[in-house]
Amino acid sequence: MKVHEYQAKQILRMSGVAVPRGILATNAFEAEDAARQLGGDVFMVKAQIHAGGRGKGGGVKVARSAADVGDIAERMLGMKLKTPQTGPEGQEVRKVYIEEGCRIARELYLGMTLDRESGRVTLMASNEGGVEIEETAKHHPEKILKVAVDPINGLSPFQARQLAHGLKLQGEAVKEFAQFAMSLYRAYMANDGTLAEINPLAVTDTGKVVALDAKMSFDDNALWRHSRIGQLRDPYEEEPKEAQARKHGLSYIALDGDIGCMVNGAGLAMATMDLILLSGGRPANFLDVGGGADEKTVTEAFKILLGDATVRAVLVNIFGGIMKCDVIANGIVAAARQVKLNIPLVVRLEGTNVKQGKQILAKSGLKIVAADDLGDAARKAVAAAKSRRTP
Amino acid sequence: MSILVDKNTRVIVQGITGSAGSFHAGQMLDYGTKVVAGVTPGRGGTVFQERVPVFDTVHEAVERTGANASVIFVPPPFAADSILEAADAGVALVVCITEGIPILDMVRVRRYLEVTPSIRLLGPNCPGLITPGECKIGIMPGHIHKPGRIGVVSRSGTLTYEAVKQLSDLGHGQSTAVGIGGDPVNGTSFVDCLERFEADPGTDAVIMIGEIGGQQETKAARFVKEHMKKPVVGFIAGRTAPPGKRMGHAGAVISGGEDTAEAKVAIMRECGITVCEAANLLGKCMHEVLLSRRQKPSARPARAAKAAKK
Repeated sequence: MKVHEYQAKQILRMSGVAVPRGILATNAFEAEDAARQLGGDVFMVKAQIHAGGRGKGGGVKVARSAADVGDIAERMLGMKLKTPQTGPEGQEVRKVYIEEGCRIARELYLGMTLDRESGRVTLMASNEGGVEIEETAKHHPEKILKVAVDPINGLSPFQARQLAHGLKLQGEAVKEFAQFAMSLYRAYMANDGTLAEINPLAVTDTGKVVALDAKMSFDDNALWRHSRIGQLRDPYEEEPKEAQARKHGLSYIALDGDIGCMVNGAGLAMATMDLILLSGGRPANFLDVGGGADEKTVTEAFKILLGDATVRAVLVNIFGGIMKCDVIANGIVAAARQVKLNIPLVVRLEGTNVKQGKQILAKSGLKIVAADDLGDAARKAVAAAKSRRTP
Repeated sequence: MSILVDKNTRVIVQGITGSAGSFHAGQMLDYGTKVVAGVTPGRGGTVFQERVPVFDTVHEAVERTGANASVIFVPPPFAADSILEAADAGVALVVCITEGIPILDMVRVRRYLEVTPSIRLLGPNCPGLITPGECKIGIMPGHIHKPGRIGVVSRSGTLTYEAVKQLSDLGHGQSTAVGIGGDPVNGTSFVDCLERFEADPGTDAVIMIGEIGGQQETKAARFVKEHMKKPVVGFIAGRTAPPGKRMGHAGAVISGGEDTAEAKVAIMRECGITVCEAANLLGKCMHEVLLSRRQKPSARPARAAKAAKK
């Protein structure tokens, strides 16, 4: 789960990470007032959307007075901010974060995430502050310093100092950086982080180390033990169907094709999408109903698929293991009764309780195109979608 | 022959009284697996389905039944603890079916297992493993499997079933089918399984089913090139998945490599793996590889050399 910059900074501040003072605003009056409260003569006005690359799209501006802050906020709020990560439509700006400016001597990068290979949380640091880490990795991989953390021992101060040394920090800044990294690690571990990125990390002219930007995301599977993090979710940042699916424990990702897919298992779901494309069609979504779904969940999944107006055919591909085919069949029948089914439905069932599942579908009286195997199912779904495409 | 499990494997079911645990314990028993004990804290002394004794702790279950494998159906908040309990009791093979364990819990489990190399963890978030006709530990539908000589290893549960069914339908049985699970931090890797399949005299060829994300397939491909004589058929799911939807790029940066389907397919080909283009052709692809080997006995250097010696 992703959070906004201002939320990440709140979490970091609680763990003792140095962040600039800032106030959130939802309109221009609040923004100007925030600047007056902060005082000083340099301010940052920052659009709060989840996507990165905000600066490139005009979502991060410097202001020289409180009135200036108000004017910038007025233009920024409500605009559709387009960044390399938002897609062509952009994301509407609903909140801006007003921050005090600071005197920057150097800009660095500090990030933290899981290294799948070693199975350890790993810190990455580089001198290339403000540059995306992917870019640095591509052009100057030697500039990225890495430290893997032993989960039993935690991050050791010497490891943090080693990073500071590698970044050629000196004097007070070494101690400041080490403290910063230790606090960042604490915040990450205490909240089940999956990513923490401070880019840029500023070293001020007085040797202070401050997080100018902060990006954090958290483990969805651990939210049950962090109710405060769960409350930071911003529904406006989520695709409505994806949010609806998540409520029912389904994994759904919207795509731009016209064949709705319902599959059990992420691997089979991806392989089914691949096969639809190979057969000349385009999947409308990725939907993994998972292993523990009951009849009600399947019904909800089906409703989400049919609620998409661009869907011209639905392909259900289930290979039952922990998931039983009769449960899927009952869910499909229940959903088809609740929502009027007026597009072709191709179903392929295999595995646990497959006979019962097929019987339930046969008795239901629903118009279902039965498929024998995965290839057959993909071909039939593609043909069905094509037959309903208006020329 | 087989890898990891056979007819002598004695299995504990952790979480045997829960809904998934009880259903699948029953299915495993029906398949013929030696399920010798169940563990549910607070339910010790009861008997599951009038045939399996239930204990409060894994230690007690091991002591009383001599179990050497365990399968975990415990809810995510408690699953990491259950893995550690089984490992601490000295269970040699721990299979964790549970999906949704917090990543940092698994980071700690993996650290523990690094210093206890005698314990092998499979999963979490996996379907388990099966040696057809002998032992089924997990949630896979038993009836699609057939005893035979093809090894199957996969990150995805349902794609494993897909491969197995296609193989069985074409008359190719399986030595062992292993689902290693899709979590970012897990126990057994592709390489761990490939190593065992290569050494197993009961396995002639291997199907390896991977996905986008991570570096496991790349490592496995290099292992195939350097250490395997048996033919390997490979598949990567997610060739059409939109990038960046499931994992951020920071993970890939750390591992220092490409983790897209194209990159994986390319390196697999380079390493001599026959890459299957579509999931419905897994069985057919293996069938053709086996046929071509039969027609060209020289393509099997190990066997050809052995035959020459005779």
